[in-house]
Amino acid sequence: MLFDRPRAVNVDLQTDATLQVDISDALSERDKVKFTVHTKSTLPNFKQNEFSVVRQHEEFIWLHDSFVENEEYAGYIIPPAPPRPDFDASREKLQKLGEGEGSMTKEEFTKMKQELEAEYLAIFKKTVAMHEVFLCRVAAHPVLRKDMNFHVFLEYNQDLSVRGKNKREKMEDFFKNVVKSADGVLVAGVKDVDDFFEHEKTFLLEYHNRVKDASSKSDRMIRSHKNAADDINRIASTLYTLGTQDSTDVCKFFLKVSELFEKTRKIEARVAADEDLKLADLLKYYLRESQAAKDLLYRRGRALVDYENANKALDKARAKNKDVLQAETSQQVCCQKFEKISESAKQELIDFKTRRVAAFRKNLVELAELELKHAKGNLQLLQSCVGVLKGDT
Amino acid sequence: MAASSRRNPPPLPGAENQDPLSEMAGEDSDEGEDIFVGNSNPVAEAFQPDTANGEEPADLFSEAETSTAVNSSITTSKSNGVHSDNENDLFAEVSVELSMENPSTTAKSSGAEFTPSLTLSATQPESMEQLEEEKDEDSFDMEVAVTNPEKIGDGMNAYMAYKVSTRTTLPMFRNRTFSVWRRFSDFLGLYEKLSVKHSLNGCIIPPPPEKSVVGMTKVKVGKDDSSSADFVERRRAALERYLQRVVCHPSLLQDPDVREFLERDELPRAVGTHTLSGAGFLKMINRASDAVSKMTIKISDSDAWFDNKLQEVESEELQLRKLHAVVDSLVNHRKELCGNTAVFAKSMAMLGNSEDNTALSRALSQLAEVEDKMETLHQEQAASDFFILAELLADYIRLLGAVRGCFEQRMKTWQRWQEAQSTLQKKREVEAKLLWANKPDKLQQAKEEITEWEGKVTQYERDFDRISVTVRKEFLRFEKQKSKDFKSQIVKYLESLLQSQQRHVKFWEAFLPEAKAIA
Repeated sequence: MLFDRPRAVNVDLQTDATLQVDISDALSERDKVKFTVHTKSTLPNFKQNEFSVVRQHEEFIWLHDSFVENEEYAGYIIPPAPPRPDFDASREKLQKLGEGEGSMTKEEFTKMKQELEAEYLAIFKKTVAMHEVFLCRVAAHPVLRKDMNFHVFLEYNQDLSVRGKNKREKMEDFFKNVVKSADGVLVAGVKDVDDFFEHEKTFLLEYHNRVKDASSKSDRMIRSHKNAADDINRIASTLYTLGTQDSTDVCKFFLKVSELFEKTRKIEARVAADEDLKLADLLKYYLRESQAAKDLLYRRGRALVDYENANKALDKARAKNKDVLQAETSQQVCCQKFEKISESAKQELIDFKTRRVAAFRKNLVELAELELKHAKGNLQLLQSCVGVLKGDT
Repeated sequence: MAASSRRNPPPLPGAENQDPLSEMAGEDSDEGEDIFVGNSNPVAEAFQPDTANGEEPADLFSEAETSTAVNSSITTSKSNGVHSDNENDLFAEVSVELSMENPSTTAKSSGAEFTPSLTLSATQPESMEQLEEEKDEDSFDMEVAVTNPEKIGDGMNAYMAYKVSTRTTLPMFRNRTFSVWRRFSDFLGLYEKLSVKHSLNGCIIPPPPEKSVVGMTKVKVGKDDSSSADFVERRRAALERYLQRVVCHPSLLQDPDVREFLERDELPRAVGTHTLSGAGFLKMINRASDAVSKMTIKISDSDAWFDNKLQEVESEELQLRKLHAVVDSLVNHRKELCGNTAVFAKSMAMLGNSEDNTALSRALSQLAEVEDKMETLHQEQAASDFFILAELLADYIRLLGAVRGCFEQRMKTWQRWQEAQSTLQKKREVEAKLLWANKPDKLQQAKEEITEWEGKVTQYERDFDRISVTVRKEFLRFEKQKSKDFKSQIVKYLESLLQSQQRHVKFWEAFLPEAKAIA
């Protein structure tokens, strides 16, 4: 299913000609979505300059996890993995509609079917956008873009044989996360000498929580908006039925009003959709990315603790004069690791801020412009309709 | 005053009265001459074709009455019922003058152009165009308002009192502006009284707002929150609309009970509205719906008009109910949206606080403010969804129920007529048998009974014709009123949407530069 759409970016990315990645196509099959990943590159390590492969969601996750597990990348904010494509809700609604087909008129049924199909399409576009953003972030990152797994992902035109995690692996993941968060709390408790990182820690903690809150509240608000638009749709239908019962004055009136509501409802639905895209998705993305930044801080904190422990061990060894060399090497390693992470982390966090500000700016401006456009559209519709109706009576 | 409705009119001096009557029909009982005021009151009731008066159906009287009815319905609807008992010459003089000023004289003069399209028996036939041509003379210059709800008393005996203010130039009232305090049961009592008197004639009597035990209990108990304030406001608006519909109705306006309700300082407490109003109204609706099922089989009316109209009413009621349910849903979703927006705005403000880039932080706070303003807009929108649209629909659903009741009344009258006819038939058969069996004394009785029933049949037939006319007239008036109401209310609603969108535009326009200023 080919479709034309502007690149949906929640993040402002500098793209350069050396490596450009996008999702040029996507196909939705019953249970899965197949993304066509298209790459354009002047880098020497690729066999061609332009090529495409088909990937599924699990393969994206595999790529993401491989970054996370790579010690070399401990000092970077790993771009958050795209969420799993979730068409369940939409599919359920379509099913319910099919069951209820007998209880509504043909027009109502067709209308609702169109609605649900549009909704399905919107969700589809969103999931494509989110997968694409992930790839773009990786491609834009000076270090990650060179990753071998990434290149394989982009180029290898056969199935990567990555299977989704089975139950046991998922349980392992779960426990890992539990341990990590417990550990994270401990690590977070350690006060950092470095002001920059101390500030970032406090900031990120608070920011992450607030973004989480804002994200869920925005979702609820947008859902209410959609519900109201649906109601207006039904009002339009009922008014239409009333209007077609007769050809009296008042019936013609009803028909005109029904038409108006049809149009305003479309606008209302678009408002909800745009708010979803520009606001809700933005917040969701930064929810995930702020988590990734927190993870980075955690790794650094962990490295710091390790370093401090190594120092203590060294002191002990020197005092006892036993295994000093071993302790020294260990301490050296920890020190290097810690310093490496700290250095890149600082840059990453500064970049994160810049990206965040730019993305918010872009999306808020677009949001405001769209809201304005729709409000003006609505206004014009109402004005002309009221004018006609008043003129008639 | 009200009691005089049943009194017998003075004997009318013959046919010559037809003229003054028809002239008089052009006049408006309410355009005041003092003479008029003095005489008008007792007469108000007389239009209601009282079967009570059927005691001595002096043909003249009934004829005169019905022709009055017809004439007055041709001309302005204001001229109701004033005329059947006339002190004639006096009136004749007055009427001539008044009819000059009356726009309805044109209507009257076009009376000659009647084309009988109804199969009514004794009365002058009227043309449909005639009825429909009645201008919107509901320019009575009469305004009522219901305001200032106040809680009187405490605890479970407390009640809400509403101020009913009237402003009018109609002479039948003592003053031009006046107000009284009424409570909800007073309104219900008024409805009961009007119902008893007028529903038998096929008048469409506006139904009052519904009783609500839950709502009132909250108010009584003193729960001072927005839901009780909403409830009181809703009730106040509904009572106002109810009164406005009552005074808009030409026959009802003449009713002394209505005048008493508007004018009298202390109204005797309407008893029995407790159980009666809700249940009684419900009964009426139930009877109406029963009758409706019978109706489709029974009336073999030569006039399909009534059948068609009833069907229209029924399907319209169905659609309105559906619409009302959806509008209700919209109101709820908007209220939800309102709440969620407020919560989101706060959340945004918090996020703005955390953000360490100053420009972005400020922009986020601004966004929070915009969303706050949106919340207000949504709230106002929900209120207008409710008060303008939902209540309009609820009112008309009830009114359509009253219309159906009207049709049922007509149906009952028809049934009564048919039954009388069959009884007469039976009596005639009895008489024939007696003749054959030759029992003179019983024969005499039989003959008397036949005469009696013949009279009844004629009377009931006339009643049926009369009610048919009234119902038709009422229905047309209702349709016109409904059309006007819907149009004006929906336009009002759209205008409120319009204003809301204008403010929408303003708010986002103010935000845009803030968003662009992020660096």
